[in-house]
Amino acid sequence: MTAAETAAARRDEPELGEGVHAVLATGERPPRPSALTMALTFGWRGLLKIKHVPEQLLDVTVTPVMFVLMFTYLFGGAIAGSTGAYLQFILPGILVMSVLFTTVYSGVTLNTDVTKGVVDRFRSLPIWSPAPLVGALLGDAARYLVAGLVIVVLGLILGYRPDAGPAGVVAAIALVVVFAFALSWAFTTLGLVMRAPNAVMNTGFMLLFPLTFLSNAFVEPSTLPAALEWFVGVNPISHVITAARGLMEGGATGGEIGLVLAEAAALTAIFAPLTTHLYRRA
Amino acid sequence: MSDGLAIEASGLVKEFGDTRAVDGVDLAVRPGTVYGILGPNGAGKTTTIKMLATLLRPDGGSARVLGHDVVAEADAVRSGVSLTGQLASVDEDLTGQENLILIGRLLGYSRSAARSRAADLLDAFGLADAAGRQVKNYSGGMRRRLDIAASIVVTPRLIFLDEPTTGLDPRSRSQVWDIVRALVGDGTTVLLCTQYLDEADQLAEGIAVIDSGRVIAEGTPAQLKASVGSGALRVRLLDPDRREDAARVLAERLGVEVVREADPAALSAPAADGARAAAAVAALADAGAEVADFALGQPSLDEVFMALTGHPAESGAPDGLADREEAA
Ligand SMILES: Nc1ncnc2c1ncn2[C@@H]1O[C@H](COP(=O)(O)OP(=O)(O)OP(=O)(O)O)[C@@H](O)[C@H]1O
Ligand SMILES: [Mg+2]
Repeated sequence: MTAAETAAARRDEPELGEGVHAVLATGERPPRPSALTMALTFGWRGLLKIKHVPEQLLDVTVTPVMFVLMFTYLFGGAIAGSTGAYLQFILPGILVMSVLFTTVYSGVTLNTDVTKGVVDRFRSLPIWSPAPLVGALLGDAARYLVAGLVIVVLGLILGYRPDAGPAGVVAAIALVVVFAFALSWAFTTLGLVMRAPNAVMNTGFMLLFPLTFLSNAFVEPSTLPAALEWFVGVNPISHVITAARGLMEGGATGGEIGLVLAEAAALTAIFAPLTTHLYRRA
Repeated sequence: MSDGLAIEASGLVKEFGDTRAVDGVDLAVRPGTVYGILGPNGAGKTTTIKMLATLLRPDGGSARVLGHDVVAEADAVRSGVSLTGQLASVDEDLTGQENLILIGRLLGYSRSAARSRAADLLDAFGLADAAGRQVKNYSGGMRRRLDIAASIVVTPRLIFLDEPTTGLDPRSRSQVWDIVRALVGDGTTVLLCTQYLDEADQLAEGIAVIDSGRVIAEGTPAQLKASVGSGALRVRLLDPDRREDAARVLAERLGVEVVREADPAALSAPAADGARAAAAVAALADAGAEVADFALGQPSLDEVFMALTGHPAESGAPDGLADREEAA
């Protein structure tokens, strides 16, 4: 840039120096907020992202909606004898699936923050260091809720009838959201070890797809070969589906619900510290 | 602060696998000054800044920033510094206003105080009109300004700027420079990483030149230039065919060896004495070798870099001649 160009540039631009000077003079440091305020602030950021990029909700709801329609009308007759009976069977499973798929996006979002450099700013602030993670997952819970509601509403339109009524549905969604919150820690860990958001997405779905299909979402485990039946039996996603089905149909046992909560606690206990540790040195 | 330094690093080392990204860097930065870290791609600038800003833990050596150890007292360091990273560290999905409110809330402002602070900052940085737009729709210059604004939501005592003008057009660069001058005018210490040699020259009081993770030279811009020697006269002729005639005239007038540059119409020659150089240029016209443009100045930091490392900086300023006087 030549001196003449610089001078010309200065002429048609407002002088920034003066304004910056004034705004600096007014800055004084407010007291440090609580960890909760910080986490909620990051949760607010997550909600803003949903507001600005609503397409991200579309991504995670279109697939389960397609599954509901496809399985009900394509396979319903063959597997359960009637589309109505099959919808009644698979809807809780698809609810779980649709919410759990959403958890992969927690890892994708975090990876995007790292690759775009936003994380560097957060980590250089004097804040409670897990706040960005906890807050983001709280914001994501809103997404889980939307994903869950879409499936339930679609099911009701198509003729699904939860025997346990609205209370059962609410309880089922709540349980699934709790489990999703725990599972999303696994994907944030993945988000911090992978190089690019796309890689997180692909790996995440590669793990989650077989796990959701090798569950009791679509078929009665008793119809499966022994080895598969065993796997479906130990798959935590089957446990979530069993509990959700029980809550929606009535007849869920404390043991079924307790198992899901214990698995959620275990996932959190392993992956929350791991994510936090990796985040500190991202 | 023990001995009044804003940054005091000794023997900083960072290794990534086999790469020694930073290999024993010492720095001493006085408060209230702009200090430049100058180096080509991969020199270790970002890694050094990240260690000083507590984002990376050093593998060796130690550093105190604002009097606090960057490892043992990381939180105290964070309370006094701000980082504007190499990648504009703002959330592209949010609007400019939301970005600033977010930082304000995290630093303890109430909802309404964060909002009004954001408005003031957007005004001061010429972003008021874009306040409600998503950052992904900002130009590079706007994004940079927002990024710096986010760093001064609470006025920091020290700000790290990692290549703040890379990829900006001349106008945006000069805006960022204005901001840096305003900051330092207000007593903030600035640590500025740059690949642009003229940028360090324009802004910094002290410069460390780093290459392959080591400081290879340190001093004021003038000292660095002096270490390379006298200034130079550079001439471009209207007609390349007259170059040999012109070279003869210059050699005669200046009494030095004239360099024929890659550009077939360009010549350069060492010239310590401005008056004599001007007379030599005038003599060219008399000899019928019309001059398209000429520049007279101290050696650029590009030349300094060449002299220090034996290889050119991989990426100099687009036209790193800000310290030369141009004439048509
Ligand atoms: N996280 C990392 N893992 C492995 N190697 C890294 C990492 N960060 C930096 N490096 C390597 O360390 C060296 C110094 O990198 P650094 O980013 O500090 O350079 P720089 O001076 O900032 O360069 P640039 O001008 O390109 O930003 C490079 O060789 C780089 O490849
Ligand atoms: Mg860098």
